[in-house]
Amino acid sequence: MLREKALKAVYPRLKDQVVVTIMGAVAVELYNLGHQPNFFYLEHGMGLASSMGLGLAVSLPNEKVTVLDGDGSVLMNLGSLSTLARYRPPNLTHWIFDNESLLSVGGFPTATGSGTDLAGIAEKAGAEHVVLADTIEAVEEAFAEASERNGLSIIVSKVEAVGPASFAMDISLLENRFEFARHLQGLANG
Amino acid sequence: MPVSVKNSEALYAALKSAGISLISALPETWLVHLMRMADDDPEMTLIRLNKEEEGVGISVGAHFAGRKSAMMMQNHGLLTSINGIVSVAQLYRVPLLMFISYRGEMGERDPWQTEGGRVTEPVLQALGIAYHNLSDPATVAHEIEQAQTLAQSSLRPVALLLTRDLMWEE
Repeated sequence: MLREKALKAVYPRLKDQVVVTIMGAVAVELYNLGHQPNFFYLEHGMGLASSMGLGLAVSLPNEKVTVLDGDGSVLMNLGSLSTLARYRPPNLTHWIFDNESLLSVGGFPTATGSGTDLAGIAEKAGAEHVVLADTIEAVEEAFAEASERNGLSIIVSKVEAVGPASFAMDISLLENRFEFARHLQGLANG
Repeated sequence: MPVSVKNSEALYAALKSAGISLISALPETWLVHLMRMADDDPEMTLIRLNKEEEGVGISVGAHFAGRKSAMMMQNHGLLTSINGIVSVAQLYRVPLLMFISYRGEMGERDPWQTEGGRVTEPVLQALGIAYHNLSDPATVAHEIEQAQTLAQSSLRPVALLLTRDLMWEE
């Protein structure tokens, strides 16, 4: 499955949620589907997107928060899966795209290609709802369920190690940051 | 327990007055009373971390949502959080308020704390992070308020070092 196709399939739901992506291909692919003020692209700080999602979810209990993460980033902050499972914010979906590589920096293989099982780690960390979704149909179903249920949802999708033709995004990092924060504060006050 | 309950109470009251409603923390001896107070306080969200750097992400998320938060950790936790501080909090101009127990400074008896103590201030200086030592319970409320004001106006991390004089009773 191509991650880009998976994102496209759930974009109608994503655009109504508070979304944090990691850097690189995921950010560009979501941006290219149509930027929204409720989308934040974490362009550095590998591993911390899920921690940001936790901070957002506990601070915005009336919003659905989705983190679009990757195997390389999750492996850099594995403890975060345990923290998420410990506090299990009911409005958080942590969706991990596993392409078994560090695609954006040259495609070096990660440990998921040699057996590390992120869904298994999430389950053993204490997450109660962990779903594997490796086809578009499965993704649509898993994300619809995650969006509607009241509980922490973790979705793991194996995807091809293919990224966009260009990594260009016509939005500066700080523009994205201030637009996102202003939008969220409107939600929090409204 | 020679960690000062009275001074921990003064610190906690000051944190609350500053509007902080979310604390992410990794437990350590000097913070034991503060953690308990946060845990017992229904108005406070306490997130116990597995590793301190997670707290940077949590505070950044909270800030974007308009909520005032703080990280609470030992100075060795600061050292382990540096990439998050630089690559998220500083890169994205987030007023991250950090309460850091200053181990390994004058009076330290534990040999294993001493290297961290030696490098804490030089590291903060190298990162360009404004910091201030808290040592007098009578002035912590004012000092915390000022630290938060600077963090919010500069949109940068600010560190408050919790000294032995404040936290420990011999």
